[in-house]
Amino acid sequence: MRVGIDLVSVEVVRDSIRTHAEHYLERVYTARELRDCGTSTGVDPERLAARFAAKEATIKVLRPGDVGISWNTIEVRRHPPGWVDLELSGPAAALAAEAGITEFALSISHEGGFATAVVVANTLQESAP
Amino acid sequence: MTDEIRKIIQEHGRLPSDIGALPASADLYQAGMTSHASVNVMLALEDHFDVEFPDRMLTRSVFESIASIEAALTELRAEATLR
Repeated sequence: MRVGIDLVSVEVVRDSIRTHAEHYLERVYTARELRDCGTSTGVDPERLAARFAAKEATIKVLRPGDVGISWNTIEVRRHPPGWVDLELSGPAAALAAEAGITEFALSISHEGGFATAVVVANTLQESAP
Repeated sequence: MTDEIRKIIQEHGRLPSDIGALPASADLYQAGMTSHASVNVMLALEDHFDVEFPDRMLTRSVFESIASIEAALTELRAEATLR
């Protein structure tokens, strides 16, 4: 089993949207995530911050070393009742397979200007770091 | 190029200390740069130098120091001139 956690300031995400706009949004988040975080006036930085925290928590679980992982290969999927899970693709999915990860569990939250995420992964066996 | 990288890290890296005091080999994460701040640094570098960091370069080691960033940019620019 592996676990990862991350904490992100909502203000820094808001600032990134202001400074880098689409370049930031498209480089870091998937189309589905942007849709899930959409508001009538744009995107919700609190929900995006929670997703960024989830991506970083997942990277901590994957322990990529010198394998490059694009943030948008780790997708947070929101389901109608309100719970979330992860969908990995590309190098992130390959690392998960290599590590023998059979299942991920994700929880995200935001409050008081910060967003956090915890990722737990079940593994078939623990591989060398 | 080093001075341009320093300026971008100063503006986007959200370091608690003045980057002017850091040697090129200093670990920026140890100096307080968060993973989210490293995204902002990457985006600003891409805008400034008109490059795109490929997935293979999206590693902690590429963005961990001024020297490693400069090495990656040099590599990207060399690849661009070969195309």
